[in-house]
Parts: sequence; structure tokens; C-alpha cells
Amino acid sequence: MAISLTVNRKARTVDVEPDKPLLWVLREDLGMPGTKFGCGAGLCGACTVILNGEAVRSCQTALSDAAGKDIVTIEGVTASPVGAKVVEAWTDLDVPQCGYCQAGQIMSATAMLTANSKPTADEVTAGMAGNICRCATYLRIQKAIAQASKAIAGGAA
Amino acid sequence: MNAVSVSRRSFLAASLVGGAALTFEAKLAFAASGSATPAMLGAFITIEADNSVTILAKNPEIGQGVKTMLPMLIAEELDVAWSQVKIQQADDNYEKYGPQFAGGSMTTPLNWLPARQAGAGARAMLVAAAAQQWGVPAASLTTGEGKVLHAASGRSITYAALAPVAAKMAAPDLEKVPLKSTKDFKIVGKAMKGVDTPAIVRGEPLFGIDAQPPGMLYAAMVKCPVISGTLKSFDDAAVRKEKGVLAVVPITDGEIPAGKHNAVAIVGDSWWRVHKAREKLAVQWDTAGFDGFSTEGYTAKAKALLGAAPSAELFKAGNADAALAKAAKVITADYAYPFLAHATLEPQNCTALWHADGKLEFWAPTQDPGTARGDIAKVLGIDPASLTIHMTRIGGGFGRRLMSDFMIQTACIAKAMPGRPVKLLYDRADDLRNDYFRPAGWHRMTAGIDAAGALVALKDHFITFGANGKPMRAAEMRATEFPGPVLPDVHFGMSFLPTNLTTGWLRAPTSNAVSFVFQGFLDEVAEAAGTDLPSLMLRTLGATRQLPPEPDDTPFDTGRARGVIEAVCKFAGWTGKRSTTSGKGRGFGFYFSHRGYFAEVVDLTVVDGAVTIDKVWIAGDIGSQVINPLNAEHQMQGAVIDGIAQAMVWQPIEQKAGAVNNENFGDFPLIRVNQTPAEVVMTWVVTDNPPTGLGEPTLPPVIPAIANAIKDATGKRLRSLPLSLA
Repeated sequence: MAISLTVNRKARTVDVEPDKPLLWVLREDLGMPGTKFGCGAGLCGACTVILNGEAVRSCQTALSDAAGKDIVTIEGVTASPVGAKVVEAWTDLDVPQCGYCQAGQIMSATAMLTANSKPTADEVTAGMAGNICRCATYLRIQKAIAQASKAIAGGAA
Repeated sequence: MNAVSVSRRSFLAASLVGGAALTFEAKLAFAASGSATPAMLGAFITIEADNSVTILAKNPEIGQGVKTMLPMLIAEELDVAWSQVKIQQADDNYEKYGPQFAGGSMTTPLNWLPARQAGAGARAMLVAAAAQQWGVPAASLTTGEGKVLHAASGRSITYAALAPVAAKMAAPDLEKVPLKSTKDFKIVGKAMKGVDTPAIVRGEPLFGIDAQPPGMLYAAMVKCPVISGTLKSFDDAAVRKEKGVLAVVPITDGEIPAGKHNAVAIVGDSWWRVHKAREKLAVQWDTAGFDGFSTEGYTAKAKALLGAAPSAELFKAGNADAALAKAAKVITADYAYPFLAHATLEPQNCTALWHADGKLEFWAPTQDPGTARGDIAKVLGIDPASLTIHMTRIGGGFGRRLMSDFMIQTACIAKAMPGRPVKLLYDRADDLRNDYFRPAGWHRMTAGIDAAGALVALKDHFITFGANGKPMRAAEMRATEFPGPVLPDVHFGMSFLPTNLTTGWLRAPTSNAVSFVFQGFLDEVAEAAGTDLPSLMLRTLGATRQLPPEPDDTPFDTGRARGVIEAVCKFAGWTGKRSTTSGKGRGFGFYFSHRGYFAEVVDLTVVDGAVTIDKVWIAGDIGSQVINPLNAEHQMQGAVIDGIAQAMVWQPIEQKAGAVNNENFGDFPLIRVNQTPAEVVMTWVVTDNPPTGLGEPTLPPVIPAIANAIKDATGKRLRSLPLSLA
């Protein structure tokens, strides 16, 4: 049975098993490999996407649970003003090393800053603790979030 | 890794492609600094009609920044603006490019000179072309931003406009071509962002797992749970009925380096489907002879061996036992560390296509395509030249992808599915359980100090994994381990345990474990001698001299060691006094590895047995030039935090009845942002030595520095990894 969902503001329809995780629907059926597979158990955050405004682990989200919902992935994150500022800060500080986890990091940071544009340092570490970076770019991730937070405040002023 | 050899002398050739683009191909031979082994480099530089410059990046990019760094060296000497440069990843081709591995922090020492010579040689031909065209002496010309300039007449011409003439110029002798002086560098030494950063933040397909050749199928594997076990039988009737499953392929061909990795692969139209179909496979393995190995067994056997005499000698000088009998004080302690996995965040994967003509094409996240080519050809009995290997960006290497196992498995599957590309992808448990693990080890350390507090004798009985009197891969230690070579009476001996596990290189291999043992133990010696570790190290190092190296390695320069120890003490305000604040501790560690000298100080806080690293201070000496300071900072922060993870966060790889049981990041946790120190600060000690690599040498010292700081904070000496106060 075909299932409809909205990905990066575009209506998409897929006809696969409803229990297929959104991660694999994005990668295999929608040709969007920016969202990454790391653990398949919701432990590393590499597969993070934004579902109706909330950061979720797409490896733990069945397609049926995403049906009819609004999904944002790394490929479309800059369409929101907050996402654009996050990506700008990430680029400016050259956050990535290998880069594999960074899509998930950017999605988590975007969801966090969308809900709370001025997080404290503790809120940042708590909000980002679900995303592993094996290269340990954590110091720059924290800096980039602080920079994006400032840029968001500047843009709103 | 490949043995590196020279097949011809350096040369540079220029040619016009399509009548407009000027292409330079360089082949250079030179002896890597401090190594007797010569190396080769091929550099392709193309100057396009619009005067943009394309430089091929020849080595695998695993996050170490090499795809940016190597072209920086070429662009610098070619004298073009960095904004003119486009970078393309090269395929694997030893004939064209020479060695292309990412390992051992070797890329910088191997390429520092030849990459610059390639750029300088191309520049010399362009200058010669302008000189001929204008009828002026070459010496009267200068270059800048991709143009040749004649100050006397005010003329200038782009490199692109010189292409037809430059292509006909005689190539200079690359060994003699003049190189820029350091003070004229415009690109080298400047902070350059990663060339792939914009594509990464856009989520573009870059990694091995993203490869998508048309018509691609997916494969998941059911792996023998006991490494080295073999496939006895399987029944795939139920699997074949599952939706999307197209084939079931046993992988039993050949011996994959240092261990048999038998598996059954399920191939189909979706990885999620074939991975799910694994539960329908009925399979029996023959694990006899391998199912007796366990973590518990290793530990018990190692403890028994520690008390016996070593079965093999590593290094002997004078008479350590006699010297210890005479020593004013004898210190002895046992140290241990566990098996570890690499846990790259991108699980092992590879895509391959068996073409109709028997040629094999790969899209592979490999750190060592050259070795993989040979391994695959050997196992499949095919011509190495029939392989094409496209190198993808790599989602973390740390040494895991120096091994060829996942590529050989993919080749076996592709052979069974001719005409269709197949991507094999491990799940996280496959990845953790089928690693080439950092081997565990045990050391009984004994030291003697004289009445004046000087270290005079040292013994280490090292229990490691091996067979036939030799350590397994990455299970060795250096015979020249400091301070062995500077002491009169030393005995390093080894005893071996067998294992079915495959072992391999984990970032700063052997050093990541031995640094903990030696610098942790020397901190105990310093305490017994009534001093602190930096003071003991400085005293033991003695006069500045070069200590003889291992074969094919670089000598240990005691002056450079002294330099970084003094620098970090000054940087961190080290006083040598014990901490007087409850719960606060400070520790020191020094290590020399991968040609780099690093000394580090750790400040930490212990509350109710929980350790928080507050700050890490680093002083490093990697020679005369840091090529890309921005990436250098990334590597040093990353390596230090990686070291903290190895010391305190990662849990041991646990083996029972032959099988590794760790499953995911729950039982093999990686470090997270909330466990990261607030500050990692660094200072350079610049010395007149050829620049060397930075992927690894920052890591080892932080591990003992943490153990030593915990001792300072709590009075408890921790002698096994992971460090735990529980």
C-alpha cells in the first residue's frame, strides 16, 4: 500500500512495507543518502531527522509512523532560517573531520535551536549527548552551536 | 601496508589535453625522512583554459585532512591562489601515484618534499615557457596567483595562456628544482578548511555507504560468530522466500589475511530486507579448536605467565637482575589493557561490480587500496590489474580499513552476481565482532633506583598474543622502548598467548597501550624517588643525542623529547607539587610515536568516583612546519579526546566460548559531548626537522596523564584500562 509523507516540503509516496524504518526509506527508496546509518538502535544519532519539528532517530521510526508527517533531512535543512544558520556556523568553523556523523549533528542542533534559540552550555551538552562523533569534533560542535545561536539572535533583532 | 619501492627516477611530463588543458604528471623518488625506504609520488596537475587548476588527491580521506593537505603543498609551489584550485579524488593506481595508503601518520613525511617538487617543477616549465615567448631570461620572471610576471616590462600572462608553449618545454630535474623558502609560503602554514566540508554539510553522497552504481543490489551477511570458524552447512530455503531476496552466497573462499572470515551473504533489492531475512537462515558452523578462547581465560593465563620467565627476548642490556639486587629501592607493578574495537561510525561496507569480461570494479572506503588489490587478486585467483578501485570518502578509519576482509567478502559476493553491482554492509554487531582488534596485553614492570634517586635498572615481562615466538599483528612492542636504551641494565622479555581473534592497528598502534604502561609506571618510579614524572624524564633523558631506532624507524631524539616536556610544563604551569585541593588532580605523560614528540598535562576532578577531565595541555614537536594549522588543531583535539575515550569510556571487547559478545554502542560505548573536556589547548615546539604526521602521536600521552592525575587526586594508582574508581 502506498504511503504518503512530506520530505523537505515535497510530497512523496512510497510503496514499501510500513514497518520499514524511515532511514532506509530515505536512503533506498527516495534516493536521499545524506541521512546516515550508524548503529540501527537509536544509540548514535547519525540517522537523526526532524519529524514535525522534533529530532528523531530515523532508524527507529517506522515508515507508518512518519506517514502524513512533515520530515526535514540534511538535504533540506537550510530551508529553515535556523537550519541555514546552523549549516553556516558548521561551515565557518570547519566542524567536520570524517564528516559521517555531521548530518545527524546538524539535525539535532537545528531542532534544539528551533525550540530554544539561546541554550546554555549545559543545555547544549544535554541536547547533543545523543549524537556520537567518533572523530570527537565535540569542541567545535559546541562552538558552532553558540555561533549559530548568536546569529539567530542577530537575525531576529 | 605495501612495501614501498622505487621503479624509476623522478621525472615530470607535461602534455596538452584537448588542445587547451595543460596536464603535468610527476613521478618522484626520494627517501622519506629518517627512513631508508624510498617512496614515490605521482601528482596530476591540470591547468584548465580558464586558468583554474585541478589537483588530484591521491590518498584516502578518513577525516585526517589529507585531501586538503597534499594539494596545498602542490599549489604552494606551483604558485597559484588556493581559490583557483579544484581537488579531485584519484582512483587507486600504484603505477601512476605510488603508495596511496592512509596509515602510520606517513603521508606528511612521505610527501612533504615530492609534492612540493611536483608543483615547483610545473612552475619552472611555465616560467621557461614565458621566458621563451617573451625572449627574456627566466631569472627575470616571477610568478603569483597562476600568472608569470615580468616586472621590467610590466607584462603578465596566465598559466593557461602559456599551456601550448609549456607543454613543449624540457622538464627540470625535480631533485634540483628550487623550492620556496618558508617565509614566502602563502598556502602552507595557513588555516585551510576541509575541501569536502561544503558537500558534507549539504548531505551529498560522498562515503562508501553512499555509492549507488545503477542497478545496485544489497547484501547483508550472517557471519560465523567465532572468528576463524568455518561454514559447515546451511539451509536457505526459508530465506529465499523472503520479499526482495535474490540470492544466498556462501563466503568460504580462501584465507583472508590472518583469519578465516566465513559467512553467508544474503543478496537482494534492499539492505533492510536482506538484513531482516537473516533470521530465516539455518546455518551450522565448525568452530572446533576456536571455541575455548575467552577473556577470562586470557586473563588467568596471563597472570600465570607473568610470574614465569619470558619465553622470548625483546631487549637485554647489562644484567637487570643483578642491578635490581643492588638498587636502593625496587618498584614493581603489573599493568593491563583490554582488547578494543575500532568502531568507525560508518560500518564496514564495500560495493563491487563483476563485469561481463571478468573485470572487477570497486567503490571502496579503504585506507589501503594497494594492499586490498593484492589480497583480493590472491583470494579470487585473478589478475590484480583487472581491478578498478574507486576510493570513496571514509566515515572513520582509525586503522580498521587498512584490512582487506570486507573488500574480499564483497568481491566473493559480486562474483556470484555478475553484471550487478552489490553493496555489502555490516550492521553494528557485525562490525564490532569482526574487527581486527587492538590486542589486550599485560606487563610486569620492575625498576630499580639508586641512593640518589636515579633510575638505574628496568624490567618488563610483556604478555601478548602470538605464536611461534612472534607477536601477532599490532601485538608487539618496541625493543627500543624508552627508557630502555639509556639505562645500563635492562631486560624486556615476552611471553605469548594464542587467540582466534584477528588483531590489527588501532590509531597509534602499540603506542596507545605501551604509553599507558611505561608512563604510568614511571610516574610510580618518580614518586618512589621523591620527584615528579617530568623531572624524572628530564634526568633520565640526559644529554641531547639520537638513540638508535628500530629497523625502518626514526631515531629518538632526546633533545626534542626534552623540548616538549619543558614546553608543556611551562605552558601548564607545572610545579611538581601534589594537589592540595580535594578531588582535584594533575597528571603528566610524554610519548614519542609516529615521528612526533608529545607531552601532555591533564587537569581533572573526581567526585564520588566519577572523573571529569577539565583541561588538557599539549606541547608537540612535528618538525619545522605545521602544514594546515586548522586541521592540525582538529587532529590534536580529536586524538586527545579519542585517548580519553580509550582510557575511561570504552569498555573491553568481551569474548566467551570463542565469540565476541559486544553488540552495539550500549556495551561498547563511545565518548559523547557531555564527557568531553571543556578545554584542549596546544602549543608547538618548532624544530629544524622535516615535517611529520599528526593523525596519531597526540593520542598516547593523554592516557597515562589521566591515570597519573587520578593518582594525584585520589591517591589511587590505576594500572588497568579502562580506568575505573568503582
